[in-house]
Amino acid sequence: MSRRDYDNGKDQFKPADHDNEHFLMTTVVGSYPKPKWLDRARELYQGGDTTKPREHQGEHAEELPDFDDDAWEEAKDDGSRLITKEHERAGLDVVVDGEMRRNEMVEFFAHRIDGYEFNGPVKVWGHNYFDKPSVVSEVEYDETWLVEEYEFTADVADRPVKVPITGPYTLANWSFNEAYEDQESLALDLADLVNEEIGKLVEAGARYIQIDEPALATTPDDHAIVGEALEHIVDDVPEDVRVGLHVCYGDYSRIYPEILEYPVDEFDLELCNGDYDQLDVFKDPAFTADLALGVVDAHVAEVETVEEIKANIRKGLEVVPPEQLVVSPDCGLKLLPREVAYEKMQNLVKAAREVEAELDAGEIQVDAAPASADD
Amino acid sequence: MSYAVLRMTELVATTPGLFPLPDWAKAELSDRKGHQKEDLVDGDEADAVRDAYATARGEVIDAQEDAGLDRVVEGQLRWDDMLAHPLTVHDAVETRGIVRYYDNNNFYREPVVQDELDFSGDVAAELDALAELADGPTQAVLPGPYSLTDLATNEHYEGDREFLAAIAEFLAGEADAFPGVETLYLLEPSLVENAPTDDLATDLADAVTTVADAVDADVVVQPYWGALDEKTHAHLLDADVDALGYDFVSNHEENLYNINEYGTTSDVSLGLLDGQNTLVEDPETVRERVSWVHEQAVSAAFDTTYVTTNTELFYLPYAKYEAKLEALSEAVSLAEVEA
Repeated sequence: MSRRDYDNGKDQFKPADHDNEHFLMTTVVGSYPKPKWLDRARELYQGGDTTKPREHQGEHAEELPDFDDDAWEEAKDDGSRLITKEHERAGLDVVVDGEMRRNEMVEFFAHRIDGYEFNGPVKVWGHNYFDKPSVVSEVEYDETWLVEEYEFTADVADRPVKVPITGPYTLANWSFNEAYEDQESLALDLADLVNEEIGKLVEAGARYIQIDEPALATTPDDHAIVGEALEHIVDDVPEDVRVGLHVCYGDYSRIYPEILEYPVDEFDLELCNGDYDQLDVFKDPAFTADLALGVVDAHVAEVETVEEIKANIRKGLEVVPPEQLVVSPDCGLKLLPREVAYEKMQNLVKAAREVEAELDAGEIQVDAAPASADD
Repeated sequence: MSYAVLRMTELVATTPGLFPLPDWAKAELSDRKGHQKEDLVDGDEADAVRDAYATARGEVIDAQEDAGLDRVVEGQLRWDDMLAHPLTVHDAVETRGIVRYYDNNNFYREPVVQDELDFSGDVAAELDALAELADGPTQAVLPGPYSLTDLATNEHYEGDREFLAAIAEFLAGEADAFPGVETLYLLEPSLVENAPTDDLATDLADAVTTVADAVDADVVVQPYWGALDEKTHAHLLDADVDALGYDFVSNHEENLYNINEYGTTSDVSLGLLDGQNTLVEDPETVRERVSWVHEQAVSAAFDTTYVTTNTELFYLPYAKYEAKLEALSEAVSLAEVEA
């Protein structure tokens, strides 16, 4: 039996007061624009030099405004609460805290894993840099990564909370590898650490985990490595815990249908940015998992109208029936202005509810037939 | 054996350029220029931005001279769009969306050529600045004509072959304006990553020769991220250049096969240090690799052997880039002493 034969479907996240018969679960990928005051708080905490924590500012630390560890923790709590509530206000069925405690998707984890070292920023494009870490010895689990973030978010949220985790393949691929024979052995070791972290998250009550693997898009030929890493990740994870995989900005024909073999319940895919030109890739063979379809563009500051988003949702129904469809933005929204990000979420929810009502009323023709892994 | 083999060749420690900015310059230039697509270098920068680049240029020149490299490059610190730079600053080119730079987590602005590619002089001006600062032999760096064609979109020239020819003529015009340099490196990763179709492959040697003929310098063509397929390698050997480059970091077997099966140029450039990993090679290990290639390349005897990193160096944190230069220079010194 595969994971998908168990009852880890989206219905467990359906709000009690959901009005429609159909349920197109609405959620987000994870990251969200940080409030300006939170960026300022980080600057104060780090003494203006964003590459160094305060304790490394040496003699200059005394000249800095009084912004200590407690103040910084409180600022992050405030940010997390604010954005979690903002997600709820937009009407999302499953929320996150917008990754308010995380600075970057690789750095954040590398700081918490033994075996990593930082040597300074490297270029991504233009003057956008990141502190690409180096793996200098065998990676080992040290402190927990996300348990605190999850517990806080779950505590303030009235809706179910999803936990996005950067996947081991991306953690390996977007690091310098000084210690391992190849990327694969590093990725598999990291997968075991992700597995350990998920164990702790599940113990803390998490029921919905999303593995983010954007690096798969740059090296699609490595899809087998990602698959093997996922086997490590879900090992001993209770079957009723929903596990999703987010992939974005790639040539999907190079990874489909192979990814259907992955032990995950849901694939969260960016397709809106390319105007669904890759949609047909997923029609043959039939899409046997749940599809979390990107229906708003994360890199265009113009807010899509409800009508436009409804048309995008209907694209998803060409691939899977309503029972297998989840609605989400293409990717993390953190690069957008905050009000734009909010309006996109709001319209996304409104569009999903309207499509649900139209499905209830039989006004929408669904092309895709239900498919299961056993077909 | 390695002693005898190495005695016959002159070893030259050099790099393919495209260095990382020093950390202070990363911070200062991102403040002065901004983080968005429209903030990138357009060939018409403000004075304060030019000053920052000039200071940073001085630092990377010092770093190369301190390390003892045999060729000093300008560093291409202004090349926000990496190898696409000569086009993205050109007036006849519109820059569009941000697109992925080969299979890396790096991005550049897509250059769309919309008009005749006339003379720009942007790279020559950088090399003039290099000439003023450098004490020893200098080296120019350009994208090879095929890679620049591959990175760009053509909305002006009739077809792919005309576009390749026009890019080659454009690069030749730029190279013709260079001050005196000892060496010119033409970087050609696209020859590996997206090998030319049969149509373009037949034009490849002509295009490369067009650029090479424009300078009075030794010309090296450096493909990387693997080995050339046999046909592309054979076509490239028809170009009138002094040396071909081989990326022994990413694929030593097929590169060695190409050299032994088809022969190569009388000079050769060996990518022996990893330009994309912070692990700094032990100079002794690099020296052994130099000897190994010379021993294994049974059909070839090289007049000059350039020893270099396999790729550009901007992928590395600044301190690791400096460490690579030192390891590279030290390795060549060791090999020379033993030879």
